[in-house]
Amino acid sequence: MSDRYLIIDNVNKIFHSKKTATHVLDSINLTVKRGEYISIIGHSGCGKSTLLNAVSGLTTATSGYVILDGKEVNAPGPDRALVFQNHSLLPWLSVYENVALAVNKVFGASKSAQERKDWILHNLDMVGMSHALTRLPAEISGGMKQRVGIARALAMQPKLLLLDEPFGALDALTRAHLQEEVMRIQADLNNTVLMITHDVDEAVLLSDRIVMMTNGPRATIGEVLEINLDRPRNRIELASDPLYNEYRRAVLRFLHEKQQKVAPLTPEASENKQSEADQRVSVG
Amino acid sequence: MTAESSNPKTGIMAALRQPSAAFHKDQLAALGQWLLAHLLPPVVVLTGLMGLWEILCSMPGAMLPAPSQVVQETWELIVLPFYNYGGNDVGMGWQVLASLERVAYGYSMAVVVGVSLGVLIGKSTWAMRGLDPIFQVLRTVPPLAWLPISLAAFQSSNPSAIFVIFITAIWPIIINTSVGIRNIPDDYQNVARVLRLNPYENFTRIMLPSAAPYIFSGLRIGIGLSWLAIVAAEMLIGGVGIGFFIWDAWNASMLSDIVLALIYVGLVGYFLDQVVGFIGRRVTRGTSA
Repeated sequence: MSDRYLIIDNVNKIFHSKKTATHVLDSINLTVKRGEYISIIGHSGCGKSTLLNAVSGLTTATSGYVILDGKEVNAPGPDRALVFQNHSLLPWLSVYENVALAVNKVFGASKSAQERKDWILHNLDMVGMSHALTRLPAEISGGMKQRVGIARALAMQPKLLLLDEPFGALDALTRAHLQEEVMRIQADLNNTVLMITHDVDEAVLLSDRIVMMTNGPRATIGEVLEINLDRPRNRIELASDPLYNEYRRAVLRFLHEKQQKVAPLTPEASENKQSEADQRVSVG
Repeated sequence: MTAESSNPKTGIMAALRQPSAAFHKDQLAALGQWLLAHLLPPVVVLTGLMGLWEILCSMPGAMLPAPSQVVQETWELIVLPFYNYGGNDVGMGWQVLASLERVAYGYSMAVVVGVSLGVLIGKSTWAMRGLDPIFQVLRTVPPLAWLPISLAAFQSSNPSAIFVIFITAIWPIIINTSVGIRNIPDDYQNVARVLRLNPYENFTRIMLPSAAPYIFSGLRIGIGLSWLAIVAAEMLIGGVGIGFFIWDAWNASMLSDIVLALIYVGLVGYFLDQVVGFIGRRVTRGTSA
């Protein structure tokens, strides 16, 4: 059972517009063990976000199904907490209140008011945000917002943590810092994680397995790379580790040789790319 | 030779105190600068305009009273805002309060009905398609055009005036609320879906706060229009109220009273706008203008 904690079974997704049908995901099959950290990597527009949304239940697959812990996924729920690229904190609520909204909803019946308060503070403490409880999202930096987003997701005690390019909008130093935090927290909690990323180093550093997706349309899983590096991992030591560099090379080779974007950069093509990017932002 | 250098102890004390004293002085200077920069321009412009007015209206054959004449003739009204000699002969304070009371009734109803309808047409495409064309036509009807028909319906002047306020203020509230509800980012709705908020929780915890900046800009436009409409409506319906006071003064050829009333109307309108703006900023925690 725990070897087949999350099952993505033959998932297809076809978007229908007025005249055309776009086959975005084609026969995605993936099985994830409990406590495993999976990264999904691929070029822009290959349907990574669509796959994550299908697992979260925010969109439904055209065919195939997703099973988590023996139950089929057909609607969003707090057992699959999401961390969005753009953090999605509610701007009218303080840092504390943003996490409280989730905790009070999820544990309103099972925990007392005091327990919930302690749990909110515990989670904010875990991401190092105890100093800014009363701040509004507009008053804290992008990295801090993402920390709060992570705290909110962790506080739901999800069966599966879904990270949609969680560090994509951050500068390189803040990103590295947050990656360390995520590794530290992951060592404690041993969550099952599905993370979308564009960043090869991030994928190798954090993951147990890297799922590489082919270019869309009709994107599917191209290769799966097992990362057998000991934990805890240290980015400085790994920089000179031949195995680490071998993994990096494997991912880079997949992305830039096997799945090279061949479309010429005509104005039309770049326009499409733009609208694709817009679409992704609006999907979250 | 100074006191500091002659006595080492007091010298040190003075030196220790000096930073805070200097700081104090700096602060005072900064405050002075601020006042100079922000208060001086309006004072200069206002004085200039009053001077111009005084000169123009002191010329022989001037039709309107000069400021000095206005103050002189309305002195009783200025110093006694709350006298009450019975009937319509009451102080400016009472006149303004009577108008404000009508605005309070009409505007409150407009807020409740306007926000509700705005949420409805923001949420339901069907309701929007059905109601929007009607609203777009009705909102262009001038406030006073509603007065005869409401007088006919209510057979009484006070409810008619209140209805005119209601019908004037409601359109910007409906339209802004519906835009606010329509523009709730998908991200917030996704948060609601992941948390499985029920419809009531979704409405109070996500939709209303998210739309609040829009709603408050509608409320702010609405209060301004209400105040514009009440003065005009009261001119026609009579009784106590700042609008009828102006009309009455015109009939009695007391132009100075009219000038004073206009200043009152302007100040109260500004005050109402600021109050709604302040509440908006408090409720939306600074995200509404």
